[in-house]
This record gives sequence, structure tokens and C-alpha cells, in this order.
Amino acid sequence: MRETFTKSMARNIYYGGAVFFFLLFLALTYDTHQVLPSGDNHEAINEVVALGKKVWEENDCIGCHTLLGEGAYFAPELGNVYTRFGESTDAIKLFIKSRPAKGVPGRRSMPQFNLTDEELEAIAQFLKYVDGIKTARDWPPNIQG
Amino acid sequence: MKYQSQLVAKNYFIAAILLFTGQILFGLIMGLQYVVGDFLFPEIPFNVARMVHTNLLIVWLLFAFMGAAYFLVPEESERELYAPWLATLMFWIFLIAGALTVIGYLLFTYSDLAALTRNELFPTMGREFLEQPTITKIGIVIVALAFIFNIGMTVLTGRKTVISLVLLTGLVGLAVFFLFSFYNPDNLVLDKYYWWWVVHLWVEGVWELILGSILAFVLIKVTGVDREVIEKWLYIIIAMTLITGIIGTGHHYFWIGTPDYWQWLGSVFSAMEPIPFFMMTLFAFNMVNKRRREHPNKAAVLWALGTAVMAFLGAGVWGFLHTLAPVNFYTHGTQITAAHGHMAFYGAYVMISLTIISYAMPIMRGRTANGEKAQVLEMWSFWLMTIAMVFITLFLTAAGILQVYLQRFTEDPVPFMVAQQKIEIFYWLREFTGLVFLIGLVLYIYSFFVKEENVAA
Repeated sequence: MRETFTKSMARNIYYGGAVFFFLLFLALTYDTHQVLPSGDNHEAINEVVALGKKVWEENDCIGCHTLLGEGAYFAPELGNVYTRFGESTDAIKLFIKSRPAKGVPGRRSMPQFNLTDEELEAIAQFLKYVDGIKTARDWPPNIQG
Repeated sequence: MKYQSQLVAKNYFIAAILLFTGQILFGLIMGLQYVVGDFLFPEIPFNVARMVHTNLLIVWLLFAFMGAAYFLVPEESERELYAPWLATLMFWIFLIAGALTVIGYLLFTYSDLAALTRNELFPTMGREFLEQPTITKIGIVIVALAFIFNIGMTVLTGRKTVISLVLLTGLVGLAVFFLFSFYNPDNLVLDKYYWWWVVHLWVEGVWELILGSILAFVLIKVTGVDREVIEKWLYIIIAMTLITGIIGTGHHYFWIGTPDYWQWLGSVFSAMEPIPFFMMTLFAFNMVNKRRREHPNKAAVLWALGTAVMAFLGAGVWGFLHTLAPVNFYTHGTQITAAHGHMAFYGAYVMISLTIISYAMPIMRGRTANGEKAQVLEMWSFWLMTIAMVFITLFLTAAGILQVYLQRFTEDPVPFMVAQQKIEIFYWLREFTGLVFLIGLVLYIYSFFVKEENVAA
């Protein structure tokens, strides 16, 4: 870099750029908060769904699955599992409940989490709530997630 | 070594390398579980192995960053560390807390660990990379505050250089954005929105400040190029990092229920995120070409050039590959993401850690550089690990392209597990390449124990 471009110019770009874009980011965050309620399915959040989120977290489901594309890539996407399972919370509960404790020889298998009936209902309702979040272009691309 | 208190960095670097080794071993376990699904099941299910793999990565990088700060800040500030005893105390607290957490992951079922650590009082667990019990998170905050206090007092009462001020800014940012890990609303969209304030604003924001300042420090030392020149580069690189990277957060806001305008903002700004990495590559090569001295530590120079190139490839090129919204629509949350994650973390953060370790360790052991034999071994380990990581990334990319095609792109999409079976061969190749990486790591560690005569003091 030539002498015409001085260190203090570089410093000013750094400070100016960082402050400007961080403030812009805060403004966009504010706007996002204003827009979100129209599509984030918050009206579906109740005590059961909130408990479902705790069950989701306290069993580290994200350690194998993705949820709206974020998480681990070892097991299927669950953001649309409610649709994939025929819009049936019972099907989701049955699937979780019936996982063999010792796994399946040679294959990936979901652990048996020994959830109570209340927890099973909660996780299923949570996944139903997530399926109701309006994502851009209805992501994921198709039912397979 | 100019200041006695720089020596506190040594423990940090040793711990970093040990935890790095643990990270790689668990990576190999996971890699095998991808193809032999019941390996270690149900004792170590995949999610536990992954938690250990990613958490060890984060913790060892933090150890390396802290070690780097304790080593370079006294030299930059031209004074002893403000409180060396505090640095040593924090080392043991952090190490014990980290070890207990990992042991907790392995000994207890995760839900039992949540109950044991009373997660219900302040639920923060169970989110990707933030799986640590709340009590551990509080511990991280305490260690970070004590660390920043120590570094901050040293910087502010000593000579202030661009390098030490940029480093301090990065470290303060690291601590501030970590606080968002305590925000865990029931609303999943908001949860995800602010989760990225930790994850993205760390790795594509403030961590790059830390990376830039460590690289600048090492380049000043090994090339002897004028500080003015190097500091100008540093400013302009981190300026571009923040100008592109802050709004670039938007590339995570495509498909999680956030407004549509993030598709444009996220695509445009994150498409420019490779720029600072490219500048970093130019920077490193330029400085080494213009060097005014031949530093005897050839290995450290190699790591410095390596990190500049690999960060550009992994974070820059592989990030760009899937950052545009129309592409990301298909690739989001697939093996493409995994491929990018591996090369980006290795290129940017693993390699900068190994750069400063390579530069500082010989000095802390009483010599400017290691002898010929140790350096040759270290350079072999550089090539083995780096080439292995290139191939891990290529295999995961191939797996990802096929996965996207089979599961998302074709007329007749197949279920997730069917697609996984069809791409198994690439997971096997990745696992074998992972073993090569491990061999490189073993050589790396061995290079510390080579006995030689005639080493320049």
C-alpha cells in the first residue's frame, strides 16, 4: 500500500465501518422484531410447547438432528417432521417411544430417552409448533427435509 | 523471552494441544458412527461424541487465544503482566471446569446432567455449541472477565500498540457476545436469532480480530517488517471483516422464520466476507517476501502462511460456495455445511493457534527456534494435517452435493437415511483421511520431544 493511504485512514475506516454497520445491524434487528410476529407462530406457544422445548434441549436432540437446518447432520431434519409424519403428533410420539434401547445392529439409531407421557406430548407439540413457523420459500425444499 | 510473566502462556498452550488431541479422537469416533451406526451405542451416542468434539474445539481454541494474549501482550506493552498469579489461577479453574464438563457429558445421560446442574433454574443447555451446563457458562464468564481484566490492565498501563488494542477489542467482544448464550426464549425464532449473536459474531466477527492481531504479531517478529506497515494492513483487514461480517450474519437468517429482506442483505454482505481473508493471504505473503531478516523458526513462518491460505479457502471460498440464498436454499444444513465448518475452523482458528504456539513455545523453552530435526517433523505434521483437512473437506463436499441432489433437488426426493446410505463411500474416505490427520497430530506432538544438540539459544 502506497504512502497516500495512511495508517490513520485505515484506522478511521475500521472504527467508522464497525460502528456504522453495527448500528445498522441493531436497526435491522429492531425491524425484525417488528415483523416477526406475523410469521413466527408465537400464538401456538403455550405451556406444553414451552415444556417441549425444554425436553428438546435437555435431551440434546440438536446433537444429531437439524431443526430448520441448524444442528447436526447425522439424523433427519425435524422442522417439518410434523408434516412428514402425516400431521400426526401420535405418530411422532410412537416413533420416539419405540426406539430400541440397545440400538439396531450396524445402523444409526435414535437412543431410547424414556420420556414420560407428559414429555412425549410436549415434544410432539413443540415439533408441531416449529412446523407452523412460516419460513421463507417454505423451507425445507420438500417433505424429506 | 523479554518478560518473565510471558511464561504463564506455556500451560495454556500445553492444555490446548492436549484438548485438541481429545477433539480429534472424538471426531474419529463420530466419523465411524456415520458408517457403523451402532459403534459405541448406546454408551456414547453420536450427540454426546459431537458435543465433546465441538466443545473441546471451542475450549482449546480459547486456551490458545488466552495463551497467545498472555504471551504477546507483555511484549507489546513492554511491561510484565499485570497479575501473573491471576493468569495461573484462571488456568486451573478453566481447565478443571472444562474437564468436569466433558466428564459430565461422558458419565451422565444429558438429561441427568441437566437435572444434576439444575438447568431448570436457568435453562441454557441443549443448544448447538452451547451445550455446557449453565454453571459452566457462568464459570466461562468469570474466567473471561478475570482474563480481560488482567490483559486490559497490562495493555492500558503499558505501551499501547495497534496489535494489543485490536486483540483487546476482540477479546472484549468475545466476552460480550457470549452473554447472549444466557438468553433462551421459548420462541424458537428469537432463540435462533440471538444464538447467532454468539456463534456468528464470534467466528465471523470478533474472533477474526484475535486472528488478525496474532498473525500481525507473529509476522512482525519473523519478518522484521516495519510495524507501521503491518498495523496498516491489520486495520484494513479487520475493517473489512466487520464491514462485511456484521450484516453478513444475515446469511443465517434465510430460513428460520426471519423477514425476507435478510435473503438480500445476507447474500450480498456475506458474499464479501472472503475479501478480508483474501487480504490476509496477500498480507502474509507480502510481508514474508519483504522480510528483513531470516528467522530461524521456519516452522512458525510456514504455519503463518498456511493459516492465511487455508482460512481464505475454508472460510472464504467454501463459505462463499453456499452463502447465496438461492444456493443455500438447497444446501442449508447438509454435509456442505459440515465441509465448510471443518476447513474454516482448521484454516482460521486451529492454524493461527498452532502458529503462535510454534513461535512462542521454543522461546518459552529457552531458544529462538527448535533445532532442524524438530522443525522438519513439525513441518511434516503441518503438511499431513493440512492436506488431510483438504481431503476431508473435499469428501464432505462430494457427500454434500450428492445429498442435496438426492434428497432435495431431484424430481423424486429420497428420505434422509436413504440418501445417507447412498453416499456412504465418502464417509469412509473421510474417516480414513481423519486417521491421516491423527498421524499428523501425533507427529506434531512428538516434535516437542525431539532431543537435539547445537540448538541456537
